Amino acid sequence: MPPPPPSPKLPSGASKGPPLNHIGLPQTEYRGGKSTLCAGCGHDAITAAITRALWENAANPYRIAKMSGIGCSSKTTAYFLSKSWGFNAVHGRMPSVTTGAMLANHTLNAVGISGDGDSASIGIGQLVHVIRRNLPMTYVVNNNGVYGLTKGQFSATADRGSKSKKGELNEFEPIDLCGLALELGCTFVARGYSADRKQLIPILRAAMHHRGTAIVDVLSPCVTFNNHAGSTKSYDWGKSNEEPLHEVGYVNPWDLDEVDYEAGSGIEVTLPDGGVLHLAKLGSDHDPRDLEGAKDLLSQAKAKHKFLTGILYIDEHRPNLIEGLRMCDEPVGTLPQSVLRPGREALEAVMESFR
Amino acid sequence: MTPNSAAQPDAAAAAPGVVVNDFTLSVATVNGTGSQTANATLIRAIIRMGVPASGKNIFPSNIQGLPTWYLIRVCQDGWIVPRENADVLICLNRETARDDVMKCAPGAWVIYDAPFKLDMLRDDVHYFPVPFATLVRDVAPPKLWKLVTNMLYVGVAAELLGIEMAAIDAALAKAFGSKPKAYEINVKAVQVGRDHARESFTRPADGYRVEQRDLIGDKILLDGNSAVGLGAVMAGVSVVPWYPITPSTSAIEATEAYLEQFRRDADGTATFAVLQAEDELAAIGMVLGAGWAGARAMTATSGPGISLMSEFIGLSYYAEIPAVIINVQRVGPSTGLPTRTMQCDILCCAYNSHGDTKHPLLLPASPGECYEMTMDAFDLAERFQTAIFLLSDVDLGMNNWLSDPFAYPDRPLDRGKVLDAEKLQAIGVKEWGRYKDVDGDGIPWRTLPGVELDGAAYFTRGSGHNEYARYTESSTAYEANVERLLRKFETLRGEVPVPHRDDTDGGSPVGIIAFGTSHWSLVEARDILAKEHGVTFDYLRLRAFPFSDAVEAFVQEHERVYVVEQNRDGQMLALMRHELPQVAAKLRGLRYYDGMPIHARHIMNDVISNERVA
Ligand SMILES: Cc1ncc(C[n+]2csc(CCOP(=O)(O)OP(=O)(O)O)c2C)c(N)n1
Ligand code: SF4
Ligand SMILES: [Mg+2]
Repeated sequence: MPPPPPSPKLPSGASKGPPLNHIGLPQTEYRGGKSTLCAGCGHDAITAAITRALWENAANPYRIAKMSGIGCSSKTTAYFLSKSWGFNAVHGRMPSVTTGAMLANHTLNAVGISGDGDSASIGIGQLVHVIRRNLPMTYVVNNNGVYGLTKGQFSATADRGSKSKKGELNEFEPIDLCGLALELGCTFVARGYSADRKQLIPILRAAMHHRGTAIVDVLSPCVTFNNHAGSTKSYDWGKSNEEPLHEVGYVNPWDLDEVDYEAGSGIEVTLPDGGVLHLAKLGSDHDPRDLEGAKDLLSQAKAKHKFLTGILYIDEHRPNLIEGLRMCDEPVGTLPQSVLRPGREALEAVMESFR
Repeated sequence: MTPNSAAQPDAAAAAPGVVVNDFTLSVATVNGTGSQTANATLIRAIIRMGVPASGKNIFPSNIQGLPTWYLIRVCQDGWIVPRENADVLICLNRETARDDVMKCAPGAWVIYDAPFKLDMLRDDVHYFPVPFATLVRDVAPPKLWKLVTNMLYVGVAAELLGIEMAAIDAALAKAFGSKPKAYEINVKAVQVGRDHARESFTRPADGYRVEQRDLIGDKILLDGNSAVGLGAVMAGVSVVPWYPITPSTSAIEATEAYLEQFRRDADGTATFAVLQAEDELAAIGMVLGAGWAGARAMTATSGPGISLMSEFIGLSYYAEIPAVIINVQRVGPSTGLPTRTMQCDILCCAYNSHGDTKHPLLLPASPGECYEMTMDAFDLAERFQTAIFLLSDVDLGMNNWLSDPFAYPDRPLDRGKVLDAEKLQAIGVKEWGRYKDVDGDGIPWRTLPGVELDGAAYFTRGSGHNEYARYTESSTAYEANVERLLRKFETLRGEVPVPHRDDTDGGSPVGIIAFGTSHWSLVEARDILAKEHGVTFDYLRLRAFPFSDAVEAFVQEHERVYVVEQNRDGQMLALMRHELPQVAAKLRGLRYYDGMPIHARHIMNDVISNERVA
């Protein structure tokens, strides 16, 4: 068994008070406003995991862009990291707004939060296209199989044969967001469970350091509309059917010396920040760089009604959109006029071309 | 003998009955045959001779095989809208040939493909049959015949109209300068056309001629979309998400070409991003994201795209995010007439989206204004933190117009009210509210994501927020906010481009208002009215919404005012009546909606019948 992920260390000298992360901040500095969701909503657990992941990563709180669409899930960007900018966009269109923000300032770290209605129905086009472009961002789907905010209609991720609270049967095939992402060539595909915090936090930490688009599809039970018997998005169902692929650990670059994973204890992937993602073997031998293997695993799990969690796939080499466009290092939003506006000769040359 | 010869023939040079430098030439072909270069050669050659000319491409929404017309108005008085009936017709489309001939002006010259046998159709025009299929054999190998046929008609027309070879040659050098082989073949084709015309036809004693003048100077010839692209780049545009749609596509292509030229380093590093989005919804979403994060962002589209952008446009109004939207208007949804012109999105842009929203519209009438107003749009968008529309149309966007060269911008970029860490500390972080009106102009101050200071961040959402950007559903907070937005709109009224007013000597009791491309038909109509009927009208050209105070004053000072526009329902008239209720009763509409630029004589006739001018 590998050692558990290291807990952030206290800077020398600080002996009292709450633990501080690598940049000297306590976890409370990553908190947001008070949640207004129903007590027990899976989304709140995801918010807590994100808060923790940001803290453990010692993320610069001012440089996180919290992006979301519309839904109970999309509200949650207000519930973490008050120090940073949030953008509650329109239903299903978080990816495009995030794309624009990152084109304007790619030194930001985009964390997008969406729901299964937001991403698998109205916004599926934007989901698909942000994946195609490999925009650097973390894309979390708080997946509860229903539209929470509009009071419990089935969403497109609800399993065929599952029942609504009122007892209606869902007749349609579900859209598996991880399967779709793999099909689209997404460079980071993971599935988590809001109640499995131990695994979700390192998945999110790795996702936030991924070079391109990281899709994290998280089962997040809706206690009000989809937590009954007959639902395949309930806490009971999650508990009985979860099958973690591996034990996930993420080690910050400054902690590498401290952590010593046993050789051969798992698969290590170094991410662009220099940190290391460690996947310790559990049930399967799946290498997350094996795309076909990942697809097979998912379809087998579906056949067996198993809820597979972990990092299914990662390609840490594919250039992201910003690199593909060969954008300069500085954010284009704040370039000075001397760079933005071509000179008089430029205009004169264009005028001549029209004579 | 022509229905109208407003231009004075040059007495010294021209025989009686000869019309010098004033005619409409129509080239009727099939689209996809590559006639653009030939038509551009004709028009450029005429301009090289110092004579004003402008071109309008009347084309189908199709890639190959449907009828298309290219209309050239040659006019030394500078009028640019083609007349309804062509004076010179080049007839290369068998399918439309009959109609084309029947529609010509009496006395017209009809140059046509000989096998069409059109010369029995009417006897009040002159016929010039040209055996293109035979002539073309001497010029080029078979695979080039289709293309070269076009240059043959250039040669025939040039010879008949007196367009000098040197001028044609200069135009060809411009088109084929970098391809010596192509240049040579095209010169040869023109020459063969000329020779044929000289040997086979005698030029009628009456008719049309192009004669050297000196009316061009350093003018440029370009389309409005290129001017938009240039304006955007001179305004420092940095993020350009878009989705292809005729007639706006070429505005983006121009923007991208200039960005590539001026904003990419030798090592390939770019200080911009042009991105083809998956649809217009995504394009405007990206514009908002970029505007929110501090970049100058623009998209270009047409009516159908505007419909898809609606929700985001409302969000830009309430979340107060800069955005520049170029709308090159076209006719109708779906398979409307996407390549025909109309001023038809005025209401749909002015009041776009749901809830209480209003958006500024800039209304260019020329490429020069496309350039200037696109730059204005970026300054206004950032200063007022809202979406700004530039309403162009097919005619302005895609046709070639003569223009004075553009001036280098004389103002620095106005990046609006943005607080960095230093400024924020100076006013006190606690004092600052994202949606607070501290200056009394309705415009709040914003921060950009990434400022490393506690309290600099804020949360962006739709209309449910208070002055400090905190979530609220309070009625008073909502009301206060929409009223501030209205104050902001009032401030804007004084900042948008002012109307141009042109009064007649001594003034007239009746006034006319027009805007955008209708202007060109209107000024010609005014000229004809004065010359042929001795009646004059004061004129005001709108250049923006919200309407400056000068607009209301103009209406106030006249008994009646006609609003000329290109749509069926009088959208500008409705907007004016709604926004200027005090003078609403004085406004009348003159509407044109056949998808073609308005003919000056149509406006003239309508004014005459409305005003009972003798
Ligand atoms: C254009 C548009 N259509 C419909 C809605 C209404 N609406 C709000 S949230 C929502 C569904 C949200 O479902 P999901 O994304 O799964 O989020 P959840 O509430 O379940 O977390 C809908 C349909 C809207 N806001 N905008
Ligand atoms: S309705 Fe469901 S999704 Fe929404 S807050 Fe309540 S439990 Fe969560
Ligand atoms: Mg949901």
